[in-house]
Amino acid sequence: MAQVIVVTSGKGGVGKTTSSAAFATGLAQRGKKTVVIDFDVGLRNLDLIMGVERRVVFDIVNVIQGEAKLNQALIRDKRVDGLSILPASQTRDKDALTREGVQGIIEELSKEFDYILCDSPAGIEKGALLALYFADAAVVVTNPEVSSVRDSDRILGVLQSKSKRAEEGKEPVKQHLLLTRYDPARVERGEMLKLDDVLEILAIPLLGVIPESESVLKASNSGNPVILDSDSPAGQAYADAVARFLGEEKPHRFIEAEKKKGFFGRLFGGRAA
Amino acid sequence: MSWLNFFRTRRDEAAAATNANLAKDRLQVIISHERVSRTREDFLPKMQQELVAVVTRYVAVDPEKVQVNLERGADLSTLAIEIELPGPKGKLT
Ligand SMILES: Nc1ncnc2c1ncn2[C@@H]1O[C@H](COP(=O)(O)OP(=O)(O)OP(=O)(O)O)[C@@H](O)[C@H]1O
Ligand SMILES: [Mg+2]
Repeated sequence: MAQVIVVTSGKGGVGKTTSSAAFATGLAQRGKKTVVIDFDVGLRNLDLIMGVERRVVFDIVNVIQGEAKLNQALIRDKRVDGLSILPASQTRDKDALTREGVQGIIEELSKEFDYILCDSPAGIEKGALLALYFADAAVVVTNPEVSSVRDSDRILGVLQSKSKRAEEGKEPVKQHLLLTRYDPARVERGEMLKLDDVLEILAIPLLGVIPESESVLKASNSGNPVILDSDSPAGQAYADAVARFLGEEKPHRFIEAEKKKGFFGRLFGGRAA
Repeated sequence: MSWLNFFRTRRDEAAAATNANLAKDRLQVIISHERVSRTREDFLPKMQQELVAVVTRYVAVDPEKVQVNLERGADLSTLAIEIELPGPKGKLT
């Protein structure tokens, strides 16, 4: 039986797609058969972040409407073994996604994969509800910023009331906080909410802190999930988060501002990418 | 090629190789394809169904075993349809 993980946030633009791509790639790198599904029908972007946009033939709506077999719509990643992408439809509207349709897809994918990641659209409307409905675990992507934290709290409430697990009175969806775009220097200057504050307010276990990093833009430009850039702080932070998800103990990194470099450090140290 | 030309192409190549240019190239390809498909119905699902129908008239193929691979490019796209046919021992219809 595959584990279904939703990557969600409520608020838009906080890093769900970036995180879904990195996380899925990271799980596959560790030998887990992983498929990542784009639920953002009408505004598909996961294909671009994964760098497979030129290879999309069929999408999730084609499968639900019986125009293509699931197998034909899955795009097998050429970089990492055991990683597949199921794109969202670009031309249809959100109503083309039905709960029964999604259920059929998840059941079929469960036979082949260990992990099914669902990249949720923003909001708490139909698309987002469908993305989280079948979840066993949720990665709640949050930025250290007031509206993002509040929206994350909303989505936690939705997970606790509108997921299948909640409706059926089963063990609740396992919640994980992924704090992204964290800038320790700004936190130190008192300009940004600090990790402890966010943890105190949301009160769910911390999966990882992803620093604000230039490598994320570089990664999306080239269509290589940032976790493949193993020299970059964001790439390393995602790799740690994946390891923790799989039960490893990893100390949190990138939560302290870099110490001021001495003269030679400044001369030769360069800057964090 | 004059030496002037030589330097020009070298510079263009260097520019094309930057990360931001890679983003632009990828966007140009995908957006031009998307603009076309916005104005007319996507024919791929139908074409694939018809192809499978033709093939099944001759051989018993599992529709699951029909793989359509597309690679969109700037100047040309390639569409590869792979149909796994049963071996000589497979029964003919
Ligand atoms: N750690 C980071 N450092 C710097 N930029 C980041 C980081 N994470 C995400 N971004 C940037 O934030 C923007 C939004 O990211 P992304 O598309 O992943 O968000 P999203 O939550 O999926 O958005 P939407 O709600 O529209 O689906 C992108 O420009 C991305 O490059
Ligand atoms: Mg997104």
